[in-house]
Amino acid sequence: MKIIASLFFVTLSLLPARADWLMFRGSNGNGSTHRSLPVTIKTQGDKSWVQDLPGRGIASPVVVGDTIYLSASSGPFQEDLHVLAYDSSDGKQLWQRTLKATGRTVCHKKTCVAASTLASNGKGLVAQFSSNDIFAFDLKGNLLWARGLTFDHPNIANGLGMSSSPVVVQGVAVIQVENDADSYAFGLDLQNGSTLWQKKRPKAANWTSPVIINTKFRSLVGLQSKEGMTAIEPTTGKTVWDYQDGASTIPSSTWTEKGILLLPSHGITALQVAHDLQSFESIWVDNKLKPGTGSPSSQDGFLYVVNNANVLSCASVETGEIQWRLRLKGPISGSPLITADHLYIFSEDGLGQVVNIKAEKPEVVHTLNLGDTILCTPAVAKDAILVRSDSKLWKLSE
Amino acid sequence: MKANFFFFFLMVCQVGAGYEKKIIEAFTQLNEHGQGNVNAAQAMSLADKLSPDSIPALLQVMNRANPVGDNWIRGAIAKITVTSDAAAFPKTSVKAIIQNPENEGSTRRAAFEILRQHQRGEAEALIPSFLHDREPSLRREAIQLILEDAETATPPARSIALFQKGLQHARDVDQIKQASQALKSRGQNVELITLLGFQTQWEMIGPFDNTNREGFNRVYDPEENFTTNASYPGKNGQVSWSSFSTKDPLGLLNINLHYGELKEVVAYARTSFYSAESQKVQFRLGSKNAWKIWVNQALLFSRDEYHRGGTRVDQFILDGTLQKGENQILLKICQNEQTQPWTKNWEFCLRITDPAGKVIQEAPTP
Repeated sequence: MKIIASLFFVTLSLLPARADWLMFRGSNGNGSTHRSLPVTIKTQGDKSWVQDLPGRGIASPVVVGDTIYLSASSGPFQEDLHVLAYDSSDGKQLWQRTLKATGRTVCHKKTCVAASTLASNGKGLVAQFSSNDIFAFDLKGNLLWARGLTFDHPNIANGLGMSSSPVVVQGVAVIQVENDADSYAFGLDLQNGSTLWQKKRPKAANWTSPVIINTKFRSLVGLQSKEGMTAIEPTTGKTVWDYQDGASTIPSSTWTEKGILLLPSHGITALQVAHDLQSFESIWVDNKLKPGTGSPSSQDGFLYVVNNANVLSCASVETGEIQWRLRLKGPISGSPLITADHLYIFSEDGLGQVVNIKAEKPEVVHTLNLGDTILCTPAVAKDAILVRSDSKLWKLSE
Repeated sequence: MKANFFFFFLMVCQVGAGYEKKIIEAFTQLNEHGQGNVNAAQAMSLADKLSPDSIPALLQVMNRANPVGDNWIRGAIAKITVTSDAAAFPKTSVKAIIQNPENEGSTRRAAFEILRQHQRGEAEALIPSFLHDREPSLRREAIQLILEDAETATPPARSIALFQKGLQHARDVDQIKQASQALKSRGQNVELITLLGFQTQWEMIGPFDNTNREGFNRVYDPEENFTTNASYPGKNGQVSWSSFSTKDPLGLLNINLHYGELKEVVAYARTSFYSAESQKVQFRLGSKNAWKIWVNQALLFSRDEYHRGGTRVDQFILDGTLQKGENQILLKICQNEQTQPWTKNWEFCLRITDPAGKVIQEAPTP
């Protein structure tokens, strides 16, 4: 029965047609690609390049075709909000658009206004900033629409800054802006930015991102908070089901091809979601898999999570059984990136660590020191790894 | 042949003008909540049909648009400029918009940025003229130049004079701090607390109960009548108003010094401000605690958030008005239950400026 269920989700999950990397933790939102990528990545590799950025950011790059898209913020008060495009082949900047923050830009010095990763449907981009400014662009850099959600709710701000990344699904940009003072989730029409729905959310600071929970026939969006996880219809915002046993407010959930949602709650709580997505069942809970700042990643029935002590754990998605553990060098803020055979992760000190996850005894097989602070989750270009700091964007190949 | 070309040119101009009108109408009808987005998105799709000649008109629309509309206009201008010849950029008209003080500050700032993007030298040549500008972001550019010059100027007296000039005209706190520190390191005395215009003399009453953070929304007696000197039941007994002031350079009022390090408590602070005229102002508040602020008994803003970052000068900039004569300002500052060392702070600072950031000094009471 388990095999049948797995096949159902493997067959029916929405997989990207191209080698795109469309949102925070990739097109499937689980931090993985089935492709093999270079292992001995270096700054001087054949296809490597580095580009100076016009502003700060901890948002990850996204990729559509041969173009890399990224956000950044600059200015004395980080009021200049940038959306940027680079040619993946040589790093040449293709375009830069700069708009102004209309909401609060105060942040903790470790983060900044450009903390949310862009989301794409392969045809356009949605950018969310900590100032609650939401912009949509086409892939050529033409602004399609702009919103300033602070005008809707003046208290949706966090003194430390916000970092939730949007998702786009069924023609809707789903946005979470959740804080101690006031919290909302919005569904914005991808065509014009109009509010399709808005939903009052738990009044508590929350840096997690929405997660798409999907089959070929249906898509829901999971909204995580300190109270748990609420699955909603993206076009209406209506609640389909609600897990109310609490959840982390920093690492986000991960949807897997097994139809299991990995929720950072009491460590990790695995929710088996019904085929029609109408309900869920908690199938295991393991506090030993508690993530640190980064979110869990998953591929081929395994989950990978790094805890606050920088220990990487691999466990079965279906049972939670820990397969192996490996201590990495930290501290680590980003989430792991999984390829066909390796795991890539960067420490805050800029140390890239590549782990052979298919070896009998998984180990770090390559390191690379970028000499810069890296807080983002790495992304994938066609033939290389992408990572950014507050001032640079790297494409790293062999 | 010439006539045909003329009519064709005229027709193109009329069509362009039609697009421009449609776009301007759509952008000015946008409200801040996304209403009008449908028309504006349709209008935006026409922006690449406009020529650079439309850029000044679009910039002028910023005088009527809200800040979200301004971003739509920036997007439309970007669309025009990426498809047009750089030589066609209307630098003279854009420059005129910057130099016309009747335009909104945001309009002039946007015009400056677009000019800098296309004609960097022309834009930067304007910067020294911004020293007295009412638009803080333009004034800041001029101050930055002065501070940079001051760092390297010789002899020392010249450097000091430049820093003093920067300090005199600066509006942004970081630039004021930079100039002030430079002057202090050169043996000059700077009264930051006066320069930044902090409200330093307060009366306080408390503590009231804030168990489970419920005090934030609970209406205690001082909220209903804060001009009298009555005493009320507080968290630990009867409480009454008492004077409290600060000499902190950044105007910080550490309430823990007044009541001791307490948790789950509320205190109220009141002060009066005599204004020579009725005027629009900004109340610039800093606090890492949950707070409410009333001006002349009307709630101006409130924020129910504790210890997310530190207290900063100008952390919250709130537009408001002062009436002619005496104005009553009441603050409610709440402390929560957290016990970590970084949650001990129970504090605030407040200053009052005009909308351009210039400190408003209290007028003498008649």
